[in-house]
Amino acid sequence: MSEKVENICHAMAQLTLREWSAEDEFPDLSQHSNLMAKHLTTDMYSRLRERVTPTGFTLDRVIQPGVDNPGHPFIMTVGCVAGDEETYEVFKELLDPVIEDRHGGYKPSDKHKTDLNPDNLKGGDDLDPNYVLSSRVRTGRSIRGFCLPPHCSRGERRMVEKLSNEALDSLTGDLKGKYYALKNMTDAEQQQLIDDHFLFDKPVSPLLLASGMARDWPDARGIWHNDNKTFLVWVNEEDHLRVISMQKGGNMKEVFNRFCTGLTKIESLFKEKGHEFMWNEHLGYVLTCPSNLGTGLRAGVHMKLPNMSKHAKFEEVLKRLRLQKRGTGGVDTAAVGGVFDISNADRLGFSEVELVQMVVDGVKLLTEMEKRLEKGQSIDDLIPAQK
Amino acid sequence: MTKNCHNDYKMKFSVDEEYPDLSKHNNHMAKVLTKEIYGKLRGKSTPSGFTLDDVIQTGVDNPGHPFIMTVGCVAGDEESYEVFKDLLDPIISDRHGGYKPTDKHKTDLNFENLKGGDDLDPNYVLSSRVRTGRSIKGFTLPPHNSRGERRGIEKLSIEALSSLDGEFKGKYYPLNGMTDAEQEQLIADHFLFDKPVSPLLTCSGMARDWPDGRGIWHNDNKTFLVWVNEEDHLRVISMQKGGNMKEVFRRFCVGLQKIEEIFKKHNHGFMWNEHLGYILTCPSNLGTGLRGGVHVKLPKLSTHPKFEEILTRLRLQKRGTGGVDTASVGGVFDISNADRLGSSEVEQVQLVVDGVKLMVEMEKKLEKGESIDGMIPAQK
Repeated sequence: MSEKVENICHAMAQLTLREWSAEDEFPDLSQHSNLMAKHLTTDMYSRLRERVTPTGFTLDRVIQPGVDNPGHPFIMTVGCVAGDEETYEVFKELLDPVIEDRHGGYKPSDKHKTDLNPDNLKGGDDLDPNYVLSSRVRTGRSIRGFCLPPHCSRGERRMVEKLSNEALDSLTGDLKGKYYALKNMTDAEQQQLIDDHFLFDKPVSPLLLASGMARDWPDARGIWHNDNKTFLVWVNEEDHLRVISMQKGGNMKEVFNRFCTGLTKIESLFKEKGHEFMWNEHLGYVLTCPSNLGTGLRAGVHMKLPNMSKHAKFEEVLKRLRLQKRGTGGVDTAAVGGVFDISNADRLGFSEVELVQMVVDGVKLLTEMEKRLEKGQSIDDLIPAQK
Repeated sequence: MTKNCHNDYKMKFSVDEEYPDLSKHNNHMAKVLTKEIYGKLRGKSTPSGFTLDDVIQTGVDNPGHPFIMTVGCVAGDEESYEVFKDLLDPIISDRHGGYKPTDKHKTDLNFENLKGGDDLDPNYVLSSRVRTGRSIKGFTLPPHNSRGERRGIEKLSIEALSSLDGEFKGKYYPLNGMTDAEQEQLIADHFLFDKPVSPLLTCSGMARDWPDGRGIWHNDNKTFLVWVNEEDHLRVISMQKGGNMKEVFRRFCVGLQKIEEIFKKHNHGFMWNEHLGYILTCPSNLGTGLRGGVHVKLPKLSTHPKFEEILTRLRLQKRGTGGVDTASVGGVFDISNADRLGSSEVEQVQLVVDGVKLMVEMEKKLEKGESIDGMIPAQK
């Protein structure tokens, strides 16, 4: 962050400060259990309230989702969002500890590595389709120079949509596809997208709504997918872009290949037009929620683990493999019929290849364990060491 | 003058790029906001930093309903009504029966000017209630205020209310820190308000930081109630069972004026001007901000083909007994004044008193199988 920006931030903030003290303004976080509440002190608040990003995003906006959503005693939500790329610099005094806490001790001086070379993934083309029903990799991308969804104006959001359309329209071959704007979707198109499990709707979660990212819905929001329905891009939902590669069965290697190829192609198309993705060597890809920094990548499978999931060591095994489970409806849903969504737990501090490798290796092992338990055999010798 | 640097940043984009898509919208804001007006007003900001986009956000996010015309905009401070008058004046005119930018509003909180109202038939009129809102000068409004301001309002309100005595002596229950027992009692008394769920309200930003700085005060007799920091700084309610609207209105006027005196002593009177009367968050509540009403049994009249016409002529509106947007239950209706701006408190309550009296007479006639044709009123 340059000195020039620092000066602007300070001057702007001075103009907007009113006569209330930091103590008058400090939120009541006594009932709260989220990362923002854990790390925000009154001293920190009094320093950071005097700063503002060049586009006008303030501390109160960063923390609003966490103030409005005290959290859950068992789930630790992040409780803060970025309004633009500079948020992570201007409010680093709060966000660095939050990032460190969320991302396994990641330090302000750490460097993140990006590796989107699918050839570096070993195996992953042979996950047993009797157990692995589908494979999916998703990430997010932000377009440098635009404010993020909690803060962007309609003009910015529409420009993000326009630029995204231009880039996606020029994809060819396996990636050739079409854009469906949310606001003028026909009923038939809408039904098809629902059936394909592609359609995203206006967020209802108060965690998202409190950040302001649902303003002006459905203006400039849409879904693009290729003709083969294996590569999908969400425009202007929680991030500028969410990129998803998915298909039935266990060929994670192919899913990841397409993911990397598509992403890299999209990135170069943006660059041709003079736009790049928000990225830096410390935080990797910059996204709206601090939990998605780094790779922003969640790679996972839907797999049948009726026996394994009931095993006393299931949670421990997942933890050691650096994986997490969700129900098949995604985050905060329950498993149905012994089928689980198993994905990487990490985002920052590991590369894309490393994270997908963990999923591939971990899922292979979980499948072995499931087969053993089916035969009534022990899995004790298979329990892995902590990765 | 506070600089809103986010607003300045947005000016990089053209009017065409920023103008909202209102093609599916049916609210007052969408009806009035042209690209020209948007272009003219988008560079402005009130002294506290409230902008045009802030004013209209709730209307952009809530296209409305084909049959219900919502307002679709809010004020963030007293100055909003001046800085954005090119948008708000036409909306006010549309919503408040043609009220012009040059019109003057009269305030009359002298309850002695109300004629009658103490004898509405309790066999039909189950309860009577008068409510209004008040904003405290010098503070920004709920869509925009900070936690510090909101707490400042709460503190001033508690000071003012705790100095009340006699029939007004009472107690404050902050939403944060209410015991389960207190909460259940307040629910049983129909006093408790909860975090708004209506997107019309949440999209304006008024539910931020809930429940910080919010609470309910009521007198020991449970006939006078104040909500602090819900949709407005203060909502003041006088209510009791039965049909003695005169008494309800007396208590309303006396209580309000006592509260106002105390706020004035602290140099924070209520927001008011001679054009718009009392300034509130939603333009629909300007003027008196007053809704005076009864719960009344009208099982026969409500099924009469002229019911709606009679209400219109009496300048009254019906709601279900759960309030706005609810259905009536068992033939019991909430009947209240339709107007807010352009007539005084006394005038509006008089309309309710006279109108309800007439409707009860009509109900009695219909019970006896007689016609009410001779009783249909002229347009008030």
